Amino acid sequence: MSVTEREKGSPRQTWTLGDSCISMHLGTQIDPVINVRCIALADAVERLGVRGVRDVVPTYNAVTVHFDPLVTDSARLTRELERLATSDLPSTVSATRAVEIPVVYGGESGPDLGAVAEFAECSEEDVVRLHTSRAYRVYMLGFLPGFAYMGSVDSRIAMPRLDAPRLRVVAGSVGIAASQTGIYPCDTPGGWRIIGRASTKVFDATRREPFLLRAGDSVTFVPV
Amino acid sequence: MAGLSILRPGLFTTVQDLGRWGLQSRGVPVSGAMDWYSHRLANGLLKNDSSMATLEVTLMGPHVRFDAGSAFAVAGAVFDLTLDDVPVEMNTAIEARPGAVLKFGPRRHGARAYLAVSGGVDVPEVLGSRSTHALTGMGGYEGRSLRAGDTIRVGGGSDGPGPTKAITSRPLPLTDSHARLRMIPADPRLGAHLAGRRFRVSTRSDRMGYRLEGPTIDAAPGEMVSVAIPTGAIQVPPTGQPILLMNDHATTGGYAIAGTVITADLPVAGQLAPGDWIEFEACSIETARTELRQREAALDAG
Repeated sequence: MSVTEREKGSPRQTWTLGDSCISMHLGTQIDPVINVRCIALADAVERLGVRGVRDVVPTYNAVTVHFDPLVTDSARLTRELERLATSDLPSTVSATRAVEIPVVYGGESGPDLGAVAEFAECSEEDVVRLHTSRAYRVYMLGFLPGFAYMGSVDSRIAMPRLDAPRLRVVAGSVGIAASQTGIYPCDTPGGWRIIGRASTKVFDATRREPFLLRAGDSVTFVPV
Repeated sequence: MAGLSILRPGLFTTVQDLGRWGLQSRGVPVSGAMDWYSHRLANGLLKNDSSMATLEVTLMGPHVRFDAGSAFAVAGAVFDLTLDDVPVEMNTAIEARPGAVLKFGPRRHGARAYLAVSGGVDVPEVLGSRSTHALTGMGGYEGRSLRAGDTIRVGGGSDGPGPTKAITSRPLPLTDSHARLRMIPADPRLGAHLAGRRFRVSTRSDRMGYRLEGPTIDAAPGEMVSVAIPTGAIQVPPTGQPILLMNDHATTGGYAIAGTVITADLPVAGQLAPGDWIEFEACSIETARTELRQREAALDAG
């Protein structure tokens, strides 16, 4: 996949979040090019290895740096972010790691499959076909360990999240929340529409590589 | 092996250290001691490294037996403590003989106390930290709060000379049932709405965050694109009732951020209980730095 740059020269904005965190936004919306630039910027910051930096987190449209305020400060880190953001960040979305994830759709594994079919005015089989017929970009990880925010879901099945979250969503549940899709890493309350269950764990602290996915991956769901 | 036996667990007692840093880009919450100052003080009284794990005690404390004996120290929320039914002091290193029982009695001030043992609480490190994140069942003792009958290994104090005398300490100053928290406004408009206002910590508050009750903040556009957020951030969801994010919070969030409590005041926030009051005060990043240095100096003066 290749998307040409749309946001060249878009205004950068830096936010100070207290004395131990800053965020640089490279755009305002969910866009693969903005996202790929955020991931590249986060990698570049990591590579600098600034003492006192504790965490560098790329998200949809921003990079957040958590730091020890006794060791470094937001002025220094803002300068570094500015310098790196004006250098050679990528302007196209290139293919990254491709990951296939087997999913059991419907029934007990996907209690909301029927509701999504009703929303889409199609059959449950059609929902599965639409959900499995494209590759999704992992825009970011967040919320819970290993939870990947993936998009974009076909607009026909892009059903908004539940009005009131379920008290318990089973680990492995595959959900839809409007244009996003994701897999729950553990049993937790959650408001996404659950249409199936993945057999591969997205997070397992005891595994040599605890996290199945990382930002920038391309994910395809395979019905089993 | 030197160990601690939990005779009564208390309300919510967990193993914590200074947090699971470095994996927020993978969605891993930081966790760690809600009052980092008292955690470090308790460790420092025993000449433990500040990163060693302690037991974080919440509102109602445990009864703990030192099976093989150990030096210990308790800092943070003020409890009446007894060792083998004899009153003992907080904020000092105490030697417990094998089989001695430490009981947390009535709580006087604050919400969270830290029980440090010589050599540290020894549970397996998970992703680089011993901190418990109960929601995901990660770290600590079997990923959960302690129960009666649990037996926890402790370091045995073999890595250091051990305490030879009680060290003069400077406990975190605690106020009764209210706290003034200094924050750096993120959004000038929302920050101005928070400053000087009083909010109550609701009963729906835990290590993930405090839901605050009080004047409604007119939140801006509702949900935004999710971004990474730090501990201490004051989120304003569309309901207008702010949430103060604490150590176990999710790494990312989609609500407007009005401001962020400064690092120096996070220990004070960690000592708040449901029903307590918060008053926010805006401050500069320079003030935040000065205040943090003062906290550090107080610990170093130990």
